[in-house]
Amino acid sequence: MSIFGEVPQAAPVAVFKLTADFREDQNPSKVNLGVGAYRTDEGQPWVLPVVRKVEKMIADDHSLNHEYLPILGLPEFRSSSSKIALGEDSPAIKDNRVGAVQCLGGTGALKIGAEFLRRWYNGTDNTKTPVYVSAPTWENHNAVFSNAGFEDIRPYKYWDAGKRGLDLEGFLGDLESAPDHSIFVLHACAHNPTGTDPTQDQWKQIADVMKRKSLFAFFDSAYQGFASGNLDKDAWAVRYFVSQGFELFCAQSFSKNFGLYNERVGNLTVVAKDQDNLNRVLSQMEKIVRITWSNPPSQGARLVAITLNTPELFAEWKDNVKTMADRVLLMRAQLKEKLKALGTPGTWEHITEQIGMFSFTGLNPKQVEYLVKEKHIYLMASGRINMCGLTTKNIDYVAESIHEAVTTVQ
Amino acid sequence: MQMNSEFRERQPIGVKNLSVALTQHGHTTWLPLVRKIKQQISTDPTLITEYPHILGIPEFTRRATQLALGKDSPAIVESRVFGIQTVGCTGAVCLGAELLRSCYCSSSSWSGPILLSSPCDDSLAGTFKAAGIEDVQYYRYWDAESNGVCVENMVHDLENAPEQCVVVLFASGHRPTGAELSQEDWKRVAEVMKRQLFAFFLMSAQGLCSGSLEQDAWPVRHCVSLGLELLCAQSFSHNFGLYGERVGHLLCVLKQNLLAVQSQAEKLVQTLWSCPPMEGARVVATVLSNPAHLVDCILISLALYTTVGKEPPLFKKITFFSCSLSAQQVDFLVQKKHIYLLPNGCLNVSAINSRNLDYVAESIHQALSSKL
Repeated sequence: MSIFGEVPQAAPVAVFKLTADFREDQNPSKVNLGVGAYRTDEGQPWVLPVVRKVEKMIADDHSLNHEYLPILGLPEFRSSSSKIALGEDSPAIKDNRVGAVQCLGGTGALKIGAEFLRRWYNGTDNTKTPVYVSAPTWENHNAVFSNAGFEDIRPYKYWDAGKRGLDLEGFLGDLESAPDHSIFVLHACAHNPTGTDPTQDQWKQIADVMKRKSLFAFFDSAYQGFASGNLDKDAWAVRYFVSQGFELFCAQSFSKNFGLYNERVGNLTVVAKDQDNLNRVLSQMEKIVRITWSNPPSQGARLVAITLNTPELFAEWKDNVKTMADRVLLMRAQLKEKLKALGTPGTWEHITEQIGMFSFTGLNPKQVEYLVKEKHIYLMASGRINMCGLTTKNIDYVAESIHEAVTTVQ
Repeated sequence: MQMNSEFRERQPIGVKNLSVALTQHGHTTWLPLVRKIKQQISTDPTLITEYPHILGIPEFTRRATQLALGKDSPAIVESRVFGIQTVGCTGAVCLGAELLRSCYCSSSSWSGPILLSSPCDDSLAGTFKAAGIEDVQYYRYWDAESNGVCVENMVHDLENAPEQCVVVLFASGHRPTGAELSQEDWKRVAEVMKRQLFAFFLMSAQGLCSGSLEQDAWPVRHCVSLGLELLCAQSFSHNFGLYGERVGHLLCVLKQNLLAVQSQAEKLVQTLWSCPPMEGARVVATVLSNPAHLVDCILISLALYTTVGKEPPLFKKITFFSCSLSAQQVDFLVQKKHIYLLPNGCLNVSAINSRNLDYVAESIHQALSSKL
């Protein structure tokens, strides 16, 4: 008799199952619009040229040692990453009230932030503080906060399926009705899965309510630079909140914008009222890190730090990022044009209005099923597609297939 | 004695100076072999940077499992084991704790007790508590009077532990005492464990504690041979000199229901780090796939501890390292390379220094890789 004998099989993660099904599909026209990773126009993963360069530099550097990193991570990585999020001239950084924890990807940053908040925010060990995540949101948000001990995780209105855009009224309404001090997980840019971001004016309205009700802003920033091609533009919301005096967390991921999915490079930026508060927060985060992974992996952080802190490499990186963002923008424009040319019923403006890797097409589950089963085009049941899966070679096939799905399947 | 004097009389041919394994400040850089592999990785055009599998590189987990249990382990042969690449040993313990809490004796969550050795690192208790296992108790391990382990006390405490208690055991390299159990002691402990106690082994420096990979893993292998289910957290920080890369492994040996437990482990990993970092695991997988490389790494790690004079906190000073060399290989080393070692293939580690380390390592590599 096994002590694990009664353990139930967990449901597979939808997006990984999708990719597995895609892999098994033998159809030559198959297209993978599922998992969120960048692809070139040849449909291949892309190791950024600057990454290859710096990797080699690291391997050839005889002065580097192999010791454990500090618990909070590589100092030059932490500070340069926070600068990327908040801006070189950030007043908060100048006031010495910004700190950071190097974490295992964006997930790790969310994890440490969540664990800290559960222990020390809104009282001590207050597992009842409501945590709000957007409807819809990245499917792992819920699990990270719930595993950190939070008992009350709620959706806030976000996507308006009818008008295929942001439900600002609903969002503001949920902010108003939320208990004071509730935690809100906000997508800094390129909302996953909808690709729909608030405008600057809308962010101002959101910030107003949050300030009035002392709601905690926990930004998830996984696509800085990747969304618009411009680092500063993509960081506008986070910087605005900081300028409004918010204390906040920002979970940064360098998986997408550095193409370093495999080295788990993340940073939890902490903005506090003053240095004293900051230090005490970091000291508690250090204790949490110690019992989770002890200290973070060095490879990816070194690579990012060297790149961000070396002017020529930094310029090259920004260029690489723009290459990726531009390709996505091109695919968006072309898909919309083709659907319009085909006369596909409905409006398709949202394809170019949305931003980042993902687009919420508005296709219903039946239409999605048609695309997957009949046309071997793999996308999420929600209608989410990864624009990076489109190439100049498959875009016609995809556009025609969407046209078929919309006109023949209700 | 005769061997040592012979060595002193003859100059080894082709001695190379060690290329900066040791810096002035006593920091250690990557082992030469590790550096070579890292350079290969950095220039390999076929390697991509995509998300790895949630549970890590399959080649790494396969090799790490073999290293711990031995290639012919009944658990491996019967497909009753799976491995998870983790963020260091701490990550393995953290994940193991979460897995236990969510799965153990499940219809509802099990929440203890967990039995730790007295003394032990206090971060260990913290890790289990953070996973929701509040009931942490201790079994007597270190006996100050006898300056060693008192196995009588330990066995007594285990015998009186509540059923379905999880016991954290150090396969080798006990933290913080470095004190070990003999194989006879382990046999007694394993007998007690058979009665409804669950073993969670920690093995943080396999190969460096006794100088033998097999000996350091013996307690785990013995429990597996008795048919016990267990978890084992492994670290590759010390024995591969990969501290900063956070290469760990959680081994799960079960009786049944493997796929279901694996699926629950995947769910948990996604709330911790989504998937593990690749660099270090790639290096380890490469080394583990080549027996000569493995010896190289362990040997150099051992020698570094003795030459740098770093007193490793976990293990006693090793004198002999057993290389598992055949008679012909030993002969080759003595006659052709002028490296003097015992006929059984054991090498006196304290005779290695920064001047001859490179030469010794390369010679052993040659002995192991060429057909003799």
